[in-house]
Amino acid sequence: MRKLALDDSILLKIEKPARYIGNEINAVYKDKSKTDIRFCMCFPDLYEIGMSHLGIQILYDMFNQREDVWCERVYSPWVDLDGILREKKLPLFALESQDPVKDFDFLGITLQYEMCYTNVLQILDLSRIPLRAADRGQKDPIVIGGGPCACNPEPLADFFDLFYIGEGETSYDALLDLYKNHKKSGTSREDFLLAASGIPGIYVPSLYKVTYHPDGTVAAMKPAKPQAPEKVRRQAVSDLTSAVYPKKPLVPFIKVTQDRVVLEIQRGCIRGCRFCQAGMMYRPTRERDLKMLEESAHNMLESTGHEEISLSSLSSSDYSKLPELVTYLMEHFRGQGVNISLPSLRIDAFSLDVMSKIQDVRKSSITFAPEAGSQRLRDVINKGLTEEVILEGAGTAFDGGWNKVKLYFMLGLPTETEEDQKEIAHLAEKIAKRYYEIPKERRCGKCQITISTSFFVPKPFTPFQWARMCTREEFLERAYTVNMEVKAQLNRKSMKYNWHEADVTVLEGVFARGDRRLSSFLLRAYEKGCLFDSWTETFQGELWMEAAAETETDLMFYTTRNREKDELFPWDFIDIGVTKGFLYREWERALNETVTPNCRQQCQGCGAGRYESGICVESR
Amino acid sequence: MKIRVKFRKYGEMKFIGHLDMMRYFQKAIRRAGIDICYSGGFSPHMIMSFASPLGVGLTSDGEYLDIEVGEVLSSEETVRRLNQAMVEGVEVVSCRRIPDGKASNAMALMAAADYEVHFREGKEPKKHWQEDFEKFCGQSSIMVLKKTKKGERELDIRPLIYEARVQGNGIFLKLAAGSSENLKPELVMDAFASYTKTELPEFALLIHRQELYADVGTDKKQCLVPLESLGEVIETARQ
Repeated sequence: MRKLALDDSILLKIEKPARYIGNEINAVYKDKSKTDIRFCMCFPDLYEIGMSHLGIQILYDMFNQREDVWCERVYSPWVDLDGILREKKLPLFALESQDPVKDFDFLGITLQYEMCYTNVLQILDLSRIPLRAADRGQKDPIVIGGGPCACNPEPLADFFDLFYIGEGETSYDALLDLYKNHKKSGTSREDFLLAASGIPGIYVPSLYKVTYHPDGTVAAMKPAKPQAPEKVRRQAVSDLTSAVYPKKPLVPFIKVTQDRVVLEIQRGCIRGCRFCQAGMMYRPTRERDLKMLEESAHNMLESTGHEEISLSSLSSSDYSKLPELVTYLMEHFRGQGVNISLPSLRIDAFSLDVMSKIQDVRKSSITFAPEAGSQRLRDVINKGLTEEVILEGAGTAFDGGWNKVKLYFMLGLPTETEEDQKEIAHLAEKIAKRYYEIPKERRCGKCQITISTSFFVPKPFTPFQWARMCTREEFLERAYTVNMEVKAQLNRKSMKYNWHEADVTVLEGVFARGDRRLSSFLLRAYEKGCLFDSWTETFQGELWMEAAAETETDLMFYTTRNREKDELFPWDFIDIGVTKGFLYREWERALNETVTPNCRQQCQGCGAGRYESGICVESR
Repeated sequence: MKIRVKFRKYGEMKFIGHLDMMRYFQKAIRRAGIDICYSGGFSPHMIMSFASPLGVGLTSDGEYLDIEVGEVLSSEETVRRLNQAMVEGVEVVSCRRIPDGKASNAMALMAAADYEVHFREGKEPKKHWQEDFEKFCGQSSIMVLKKTKKGERELDIRPLIYEARVQGNGIFLKLAAGSSENLKPELVMDAFASYTKTELPEFALLIHRQELYADVGTDKKQCLVPLESLGEVIETARQ
């Protein structure tokens, strides 16, 4: 039996020791003397969050299929263990072998949201890997970042040796093969990184030099070595049906956020909402074949013993074989006590029929994400959901016995006026009114409408990358306007309004469109004790503000500044698929309140067509 | 049909708490392809009950859970299938058919538990603690303060200690266990420490549960038998 890295006296003192012992069902154990490459995969947040992430399950499976690689995992130690590791000077370790992370060949860190960046530094720090890539030596692991935030890796450029831009399924084999040869022949770290920069999708930040205009914007970003490409091309799988997909996902002992089998039915989204980074970045929309999904469902339910299966995609209703798939799952698994969950589903007769079969109508709620209160603003953001559709969907649901509705909106969208904000409350009122039109004897009590707003953060590679972001005060003022208007409605007692924190949102905005000069700000915040910033109980806004003052970082430069059409963005060295021209066209259409048809209706020539896959090559 | 499963929990699995063990077995039973019965309703759950929760940090050779199954496999086959679905640190040792009805529930029947207690290296009490322990056990009453939901109350734990003796370099305890009367080994050891006017250091004890018992005796005379022995081995599969 393995020896654990932590002894009993530590494990029995901390919260949920199961986070740190590994041994989960379907965890992979190998003889380390018989593998050439040891890869430590990290999700820089709490175990319960990281274990719920599909991408890591895919890569873990893919890497471990290679005989020469042993891929293990590490997550952020919670603050209790963080303190103990520092106090006792114990190194951070991987869950499977319990060996120090520092002994690995690679440390791969997935970047899912901006507010995990201090946790990235924590992982490096506790692993005793020099924080800055420039300070690392031959024996340190190669630190590679990936995931959605790698589409603008610049704020983290100093801390990573490599970034993988795009979907992991395509280029990792080439990278691992290259590394294996490098290790055998004993070439230097620098030579390896230089060679790696030639692999499609691999970005080596140290090989680029950025210059700035006097006003602080980027003047140029040029490769410092001729081997490094001018543009790094985002990787995308062309055929998802034949791409690797785990047959035996890991099953944690403790309850995690996503405690179920996840079936990714498609990647990408045809809709083209202008605020949505995923919708632009994962183009083209590619579906998985029905047969493959059915087989996958069997494999994964059998190998995990999970009692729930969830379909995953950006917009499940757009999957062309959805009724067939859902019917199949219900017929084959409902009798075995398996629950089926269908997030991101459009509310219509079909979805309501399915929902009424798989969940208790009285307890469940229906969800709409209109994102904006008025039709005018929904046209600006290209969210094709109309009031008519919402009221009809809600009405059908109410007639079917539902009485709980959740509504999701964003505040601070480009061109948003006070009237748009108030329309959020008005829409909720109309839904409530629709409910109370049902005769009293046929409805079950009051209806509950929960309105949630988050604050809008402009993201790279979206048409809104040129947009000005609101200040903290503007955000809170808008939430106040909505709150007052909700309270002024006739059916206010049937409504509940929640809004998001504004301080975190501002920082998210800074890092989302940030550049390499932010590294000292980030490092300072970490040194001051910022950690787990996405958790309300651990977020320390005042420390972030101190760090900004001490490093003379002007946060407003990144958030509230108006950007010109031809500004060179820090992330423009990445060829993401959609072109800057298309994005700017969409930005102009947004300002003109013009709706753009979705990919299935009409091709917009966004640029993703050159991947020659998915919706781009299907007959419309 | 009701089936009683006995299992061991050892090694690093001692860090997995009771609720997580329940979830672990739910998933393991599905992986093993055991035809377990479900309750009705929109969120059906497995018909499964554990005899007694085992605290985090404790290991055991005698844990029990009762399940209701449709298709009945032989004991041997059930044990084999379950063990294929286990992780290192949990081992199914037996599986037996038990009579139907609530009265046969492991949880309801449970009356006593055996424990082996050792001191961790460097955390042993002063020399000759063995003699002190014999004297401690010889008392006619052992009063302790027991923390309850409402506060603290004085309790005589002596009647709940069925057996207690020094065994090798550790201690053997047979204690009352179950829903009506339950005594934790930690409480006995704390009482022993205060008897010797000392305090147990943090994490001083290694506690191993050996067996759980039902009382099949009369009101007057106790007769403890392992929970497992109330079931019968299923020889061949039948419907």
